[in-house]
Amino acid sequence: MLVKRPEMPEQDPEKRIHNFDEVALGYTEEQATIEANRCLQCKKPQCIKGCPVEIEIPAFIKNIAERNFEASASELKRANTLPAICGRVCPQETQCEIECTLGKKGEPIAIGRLERFAADYELEKGVQIPEIPESTVYRVAVVGSGPASLTVAADLARIGHSVTILEALHEAGGVLIYGIPEFRLPKEIVRAEVDFIKKLGVEIKLNFVVGKLRSVDELLTEYDAVFLGSGAGLPSFLGIEGENLNGVYSANEFLTRVNLMKAYQFPDYDTPIKKGKHVVVVGAGNVAMDAARCALRLGAENVTIVYRRGEEEMTARIEEIQHAKDEGVHFKLLTNPTIIHGDENNWVKTVKCIKMRLGEPDESGRARPEPIPGTEHEIPADVAVIAIGTTPNPLIPSTTSDLQTIKRNIIPTDAECRTSKKGVFAGGDVVTGSATVISAMGAGKIAARAIDQYLQSLRFAETTSTLDC
Amino acid sequence: MTYTILEREELAPEIYLLKLHAPEVASKSKPGQFIIIRIDENGERIPLTIADYNRDAGIITVVFMEIGKTTKQLAVLKSGDSLSDLVGPLGNPAHVPKNSVVVFVGGGVGITTVFPEAREFKKAGNTIISIIGARSENLLIWEDLVHSVSDKLYITTDDGTKGHHGFVTDVLTNILKEQGVDLVVAIGPVVMMRAVADVTKPFGVKTIVSLNPVMVDGTGMCGSCRVVVGGETRFTCVDGPEFDAHQVDFTLLMKRLTTYRDEEAVSLGKFMHEQDCDEKC
Repeated sequence: MLVKRPEMPEQDPEKRIHNFDEVALGYTEEQATIEANRCLQCKKPQCIKGCPVEIEIPAFIKNIAERNFEASASELKRANTLPAICGRVCPQETQCEIECTLGKKGEPIAIGRLERFAADYELEKGVQIPEIPESTVYRVAVVGSGPASLTVAADLARIGHSVTILEALHEAGGVLIYGIPEFRLPKEIVRAEVDFIKKLGVEIKLNFVVGKLRSVDELLTEYDAVFLGSGAGLPSFLGIEGENLNGVYSANEFLTRVNLMKAYQFPDYDTPIKKGKHVVVVGAGNVAMDAARCALRLGAENVTIVYRRGEEEMTARIEEIQHAKDEGVHFKLLTNPTIIHGDENNWVKTVKCIKMRLGEPDESGRARPEPIPGTEHEIPADVAVIAIGTTPNPLIPSTTSDLQTIKRNIIPTDAECRTSKKGVFAGGDVVTGSATVISAMGAGKIAARAIDQYLQSLRFAETTSTLDC
Repeated sequence: MTYTILEREELAPEIYLLKLHAPEVASKSKPGQFIIIRIDENGERIPLTIADYNRDAGIITVVFMEIGKTTKQLAVLKSGDSLSDLVGPLGNPAHVPKNSVVVFVGGGVGITTVFPEAREFKKAGNTIISIIGARSENLLIWEDLVHSVSDKLYITTDDGTKGHHGFVTDVLTNILKEQGVDLVVAIGPVVMMRAVADVTKPFGVKTIVSLNPVMVDGTGMCGSCRVVVGGETRFTCVDGPEFDAHQVDFTLLMKRLTTYRDEEAVSLGKFMHEQDCDEKC
C-alpha cells in the first residue's frame, strides 16, 4: 500500500508570479487512477461525515479507480452541483480528508484532487444534463448567485420547481467570480458550472439589486418562496488613521477590480488598479492570501502580510499559505497596524505597526493579541489592502419587513434555513458571516429541502381549502 | 438583457444626453438616485445620475460630459446601439421637504440632476429658486426645463456671455442676504459644491450636496467610494449620494478623485489612438 499521494503538478513559483494562470494543474488520468486505488473503500466510510454536501466519496473514487471517469462525475453531481469548484477551493484537509482512515498511517486519500479530476474530465468531454421531472407550479426567487444560491437553485430545479436567480453584479457566481482569483479558480470553470445550472432550467437575471429594484416583500407577491444567499459583501476596515488615503483598498475592492473587472489586463480592460511596488496586506485568511498573490502578479517588488496573531492562528488554508510563501510573500506575524501614513498628495507612504504577543484566550477561544510597548516600526508601502473580513450588506434587512437580524446584519435561521419571515429562507455567509464555499453549499442543500417541504405544505393547504369549498 | 439607446442628443459641446430603454429601473427610479453602466465586455463600471425617467415608456435619461475614455466611448454611441449592462436605481432618493423655500444650485452637467429633484420638490408644494451656471452660454444646458419647475431662475456664466457674469455663489450670497431660505441643494463640480457649502455655512442654512467619487459595484461591496462626513467614513453608493455639505470633507474627496489620474490618461490615450486609426485606416 502506498502511503503517499501523488504530488499535485503545479506551475513553478518563479514563473507563475508573472501570470494569472492556474497554479495547480490537476492530476493526469494516471495519477488519478493510482491515487483512487489507494482508497480502502471502507464499509463504514468516515470521510462522508466530513462533507457538508454529503458526497458518496468512496463511490466516486471507486469509479475513478476503475477508470469510469464520467460515471464518477455523475456520482459527484448527484450530491454536489459544483464539483470542479469544490475540488479546487474546499478545505478538504479539515473536512473529509481529516476523517480518512489512510490518514492514520500515511497521507489521507486526496479527495479534493480526485473530485477536481473527475469534474474537469466531464467538463472537457461535455456535461451530461440529468432528466428534470415535469415542472411544478411553484416559483422560487434566489437572491445572489454565490455558492449557497447556486446550490439551492440547482437542487430545486432538479425537482421541478421554477427558479430565478437575481444577481446584483453583471456576472453570476458571487464570490467565486469577484473574490477568488483566476490562478486559484479559473473563471472559465465557474462559467461552465453556472452554465450547467442554467441548463437545469434556472433563469438568471443579472444587474438586479434586491432591495432597490424589488424588495423581498415585493418578491413574495411574485414568487412562492425566497432564498437569501446574498453573502457577506460589506468590507470591514480597521478603523485606524489613514485608511482613506489613496492606495488603501478593502480586499473586496482590490479583488473585484482584479477578478471581476480584469484590471490585471488594463488597459485592454478599462478598469484600472494601482500596481504597488511595496504592498502591505493586513489579515491572514484566504482572502488575504489571494490579495497578496494578486499583488505579486501585478508586479509588486515585495508583498508583506501583516497579522496580529501567530502562525498557528492564521485562518487561511495551509496550502494557500504555502503557495504564498513559495511565491515570496513576506509574513510579519504578531504585528498590528496602528496608523497608515500618507504623503502630501494623500498617497499611502508607510504602514506604522506595533509588535504583539499572545495573551490569555479571548471569547473566541484564541489567544488574545496584546501590543508590546516600544515596538512601533514603519513598513514602506504604496498600496495597502485591508483583508480583515466582511459582514452582510444591510440593503436587504433594511428594506424587508419582519425580517429579524442580529449584530452586523446577520440573518439568523433555524436548522432548516428558515428565517423569521414566512416563506423566506437564508443560507451561506449572510447567516454565518464570512465562511467557506462548501459551508455555504451545505446550507444551500438544507435550504432546498426545507423550501421544497414548504412548497409542498402550500399545495396541501391549497388542496384542503379546495375541499372545504 | 440588453439596454438599448433610444435617443442620443448633443446638448452642448462635449455634453450628451442618452435615453436608455430600462423599464424595470425606470419603474423604481426616484430623484437623486443613479445607475451604473458598463458599455461592453471590457468596459469599466461608471455611475451616472438619473436625469429623468419615464415610467410609462420605460426610459431612463442620463446626461454626461466627455472626460475620460469611457465617457468618450459612450459619446460616440448612436441611437440603436446598446449597453452591455445597466443597474439601478442605486443610492438613496433625495429627501423631499415640505413647505420650504429651497434654493437649487446646479453647475455644468449637475444642472440635469437638479431638474428632477426640483420638479419633485415643487410638486410637494415647496418654493423653488434655482441658480444654474456654466463656464459659457454655449455650455449652459436644460435652462428651459429647470425654469419650468422653478418659481425663480437665475443664470450665471463665468465669462458673462449670459446672465450674471461670475459664479453661482455670487447670486446665492445675495439671495441668502435678501430672504429666508430653508434649504440649499448644490449639485455640480466638487469645487462648486465646496464653495456653496462655504457660502451657506455662516448663514446657518442646511445644505445638501450630491457626491461623485470613484465607484465600482455601487452596492456597498467595495468601499471605493468612501468619503468622510462629520468625521465618519461613509460609502457614497449606499449611504449617499446626498450628504450634509457642512459635514463633508471636500479636500479628501478631491484627492481621492485623483487616484487613477495616470491610468485614466493611459486609457484615454489608447482609445484616442484607436479612434484615430479607425478613421484613417
